[in-house]
Amino acid sequence: MTAAQSQWTLWRAQTLAVMRLEWKKSFLPRRGLWIYLLALAPVVIFGLRSAYLAAHAQGADAGDDAQLFASVLQFFFLRLVVFFGCAGIFMNLFRGEMLQKSLHYYFLSPIRREVLLMAKYLAGVLSSVVIFCASVILQAVVLDAHLNSTAFRQSFFNAHGLATLAADLGVTLAACMAYGGVFLTIGVVFRNGLIPAACFLGWEMISSLLPPTLRRLSVIYYLKSLCPIQPAEIASRHNSFLALLSLKVPPASASLSLVALATLTCSLLALASWRVRDMEIDYGTE
Amino acid sequence: MTDASPANPVESKRPAIVFEDVSKYYGEVLGVSHVNLTIPPGITSLVGPNGSGKTTLMNLLTGLILPTRGRLSVLGLSPRRPEEFFRRVGYCTQFDSFPKGLTGYEFVANYLALTGLSILEAGNLARKSIERAGLADAADRKIAAYSKGMRQRIKLAQAIAHDPEVLVLDEPLNGLDPLARAETLAQFQTFAQQGRFVMISTQVLHEVDLVADNVILLSQGTVVAEGAIHDVRTEIREQPLQILIHCDRPRALASQLFDSGEVVEARLHPDGGSILVKTRDADRFYLALNRLALEDIAIESVAPADDDVLSVYDYLIAAEDSSS
Repeated sequence: MTAAQSQWTLWRAQTLAVMRLEWKKSFLPRRGLWIYLLALAPVVIFGLRSAYLAAHAQGADAGDDAQLFASVLQFFFLRLVVFFGCAGIFMNLFRGEMLQKSLHYYFLSPIRREVLLMAKYLAGVLSSVVIFCASVILQAVVLDAHLNSTAFRQSFFNAHGLATLAADLGVTLAACMAYGGVFLTIGVVFRNGLIPAACFLGWEMISSLLPPTLRRLSVIYYLKSLCPIQPAEIASRHNSFLALLSLKVPPASASLSLVALATLTCSLLALASWRVRDMEIDYGTE
Repeated sequence: MTDASPANPVESKRPAIVFEDVSKYYGEVLGVSHVNLTIPPGITSLVGPNGSGKTTLMNLLTGLILPTRGRLSVLGLSPRRPEEFFRRVGYCTQFDSFPKGLTGYEFVANYLALTGLSILEAGNLARKSIERAGLADAADRKIAAYSKGMRQRIKLAQAIAHDPEVLVLDEPLNGLDPLARAETLAQFQTFAQQGRFVMISTQVLHEVDLVADNVILLSQGTVVAEGAIHDVRTEIREQPLQILIHCDRPRALASQLFDSGEVVEARLHPDGGSILVKTRDADRFYLALNRLALEDIAIESVAPADDDVLSVYDYLIAAEDSSS
């Protein structure tokens, strides 16, 4: 085995060790209960709707369901649920450990800080993807729960339901990776990450109201571009407030969106890696 | 500590622990200032009052904080390269906090897994290390349920689990009962006898005094004195050396020593069979004592009475504090 191979083997082993530790922390935290509740919020909304429709024997066709699902995904789930969930998960990876005074455990081990950062990032991505993708699947199931079994199967298996769901899961994965990169970097670079996180939230919110060029500088633009059903279609049908948020900006191509999100994430992780090398244990001032 | 030697055993000219003009400021507040040290193998005790900079020095040494100025290295390695550094260095910190939800075994085994060991290897080494720390029975209990002494032991188990050449210990005896303290100090001695470095900060001076080869005295962020304890004591010229002499006729000896002019004070010891003398020149005093011993006084033993960490601390730091 060459030196480079053995180095990679070591990094892989260390990454897995960190992920095993982080897995427990990410999935069973009492403080993180709100993330689960947040992820369940759209499921509850769809559940209530299905219960109402079933109770009143009102029908809604699968097409309406798909548009509603896309609206909630783009205007509520990605913008708020995944956004805040990732903030809760990724900003705590370093800053949370500083507050709990346990970061020295990692910093005293023979692991490169950059490897530690990447391992924590991957652990965060794994946690967020499991939580939020599970939410997306539950939303899809609960949304159509009011349909009879034949219509349900038709919706899922014969009307591109599965393909759309797979695409939505892919968008959720991309959102977790991109927002994860942003919030991990905020947690490493800033002592108090709340202000920069609030600024980022503000930018993501108002970017939909900005001119097209500026709109392309937001994460949500590329996430929405990756969605299988575009906001313009929804807006033109509903002619509502949603129209304002999806104002006539053509979506980026899927490849451009992926490249843009990957570039942003990699750049931020590079910045965080550089800064984490100089990170000091200073529990007294946290 | 294991019986196995470290990967790179004792070498006569290997690099030591070196601080070169290291200063650390926390904003406007001084942590340590212009520290220049070369620490040899063996046990070195870091002594100073609260806030003197002991923990700052140890955190600098292990890269948990970065120096504002200056450089430092351990065995030629920089703490800024943890991937190499912490294969040879173990640090038992003063932080009494742990990753949440872990048992003692998981705490040590996960640390070893972070070095790249397989789960099986890490688990085996962790069990051995925990056993050496005397915590085998409680290994599978949550650390949150540990007593202060048990938490101290599990931190020690973690610090020594990877068999480091350099062991940095910040108040390692805190919370340990007397028996455990004696066992722990004996382990440190074994460790040092293998040619390794043990750096201990503690306020239990009389216990460390029994095992320390060298002392570093810190006060208000500066190194007041450093070196072998005897050498440091000898350098404190303004304080006469105290020497306890057991003999058959202490009164006569005291009188004759006064006549020789080599003592500034002589007191009969409460045991009635010895005297405590103070002298400013130990060499000339011992020559005079030899002459008297050749005459008619039977001297049983002669031993320095203040050639220890506690006395050195009192002379250099406690006196300074009380005067200021």
